[in-house]
Amino acid sequence: MKNLLTFIYRNYFFFLFLLLEFFALYLVSRNNFYHRAGFVNSANGLVSSLNSTYTNATDYLSLKSQNDLLAKEVAALRSKLITSYIDYNVKTQKINDTAFKQQYEFIEAKVVDNSTNRRNNYLTLNRGKKQGIESDMAVVSSTGIVGVVEQVSDNFCTVMSVLHKETHVNAKIKKDGNFGSLTWDGTDYQAATITGLPTHTKLAKGDTVVTSAYSITYPENILIGVVESFGIKSGETSFTVKVKLCTEFKKLEYVYIVRNFFKNERKKLEEGNKYDK
Amino acid sequence: MINDALKNLARFLLLILAQGLIIKNIDLGTYINPFPYVLFMLLLPFNTPSWLVLMLGFMTGLSVDMFYNTVGVNAAACTFLAFSRHFILQLLAPREGYESTMEPGVYSMGWPWFVSYAGILILLHHIFLFYLEVLRFKEFFHTLATVVLSSLATLLLVVIIQFLFMKPKTKSS
Repeated sequence: MKNLLTFIYRNYFFFLFLLLEFFALYLVSRNNFYHRAGFVNSANGLVSSLNSTYTNATDYLSLKSQNDLLAKEVAALRSKLITSYIDYNVKTQKINDTAFKQQYEFIEAKVVDNSTNRRNNYLTLNRGKKQGIESDMAVVSSTGIVGVVEQVSDNFCTVMSVLHKETHVNAKIKKDGNFGSLTWDGTDYQAATITGLPTHTKLAKGDTVVTSAYSITYPENILIGVVESFGIKSGETSFTVKVKLCTEFKKLEYVYIVRNFFKNERKKLEEGNKYDK
Repeated sequence: MINDALKNLARFLLLILAQGLIIKNIDLGTYINPFPYVLFMLLLPFNTPSWLVLMLGFMTGLSVDMFYNTVGVNAAACTFLAFSRHFILQLLAPREGYESTMEPGVYSMGWPWFVSYAGILILLHHIFLFYLEVLRFKEFFHTLATVVLSSLATLLLVVIIQFLFMKPKTKSS
């Protein structure tokens, strides 16, 4: 025992290195597998307040383009208002419908931190537990999907961007409804890849890709992008499709966090499927 | 001595903030992600106790991790850098040894020495960092390109920072 202690003491440099290294790797693995990072992330107090101060200052630079975007969205929404429709259906009665129940709620949030140039990209938003945000909620922008909420602190949350190696979104070709799995290969922040699309799909360049109803996170028919090119890799039996993403990840400033009121019910039901593991 | 500690503390804070708030927001594409904060580790004086170098490496990495949302990745890479520094310094030691209170910078040790010293350590740090972050064999060559290009960018920044912010020591002192 004494010899062992002397040995460790004599080589303390090496053992201290091992100790610190394994602690760091432990933190990495815990974060990767359980999504519970505790205090070391940008949703914590000091770093997030630094980040929001920084964004507050730099926001002014893009006011004009953000205004344009908002104006466009207002115009699009206004054209959907009931007042912009002519009511020529005078003969039927309007029914005050109780058969529909609200499934999705959109919570507006501001991006205080964002990256697009790393293999695994994250955003930080200024909404958190106090505003009712929970992890695994979907995040969308006015132009398309953005990511999934990962960690939540009192007033901030971090979002795993679609530009991440763990991204798997159930994507559907809007035209004919065939679906595949969308992943990001880490090279281009404007492009993603769909695999597993059946070969009888009638594809064309420019086809719209949206989220499918199979996704438990995203609402159905949220825009993802447009088909840029497609082909069958040798040895595979399905299409590999390159998609140009509609979300402009470099310009994101305001996004919407989506709450699905029926998510837990559906999740619970599907977890009950015995052999579906 | 206390003066030295204060100087290093200031350097630590400035480099971490520069890394987390400025460098992180400069977008040069997926291949170039420089991490010049390692300059803090490179410039620790020769006589810093080796356990302190390790601890500082871990803390520096963890502080950067907070900004990058990569818990532990930078901490692991930076601890590895602190560990390797010990051996690289031995490997590159001039015949007459180091002057123990000096810092291993461009001005004190000269060009060829600093570029090889910083180059090796930055490359080791980046290899560890990017492969740990990606952790996928399929993307081996893409990651390799990222490592090489980012290392060059970091080395360049590290040299430029020293040119801009540090004064050469006059020969009389």
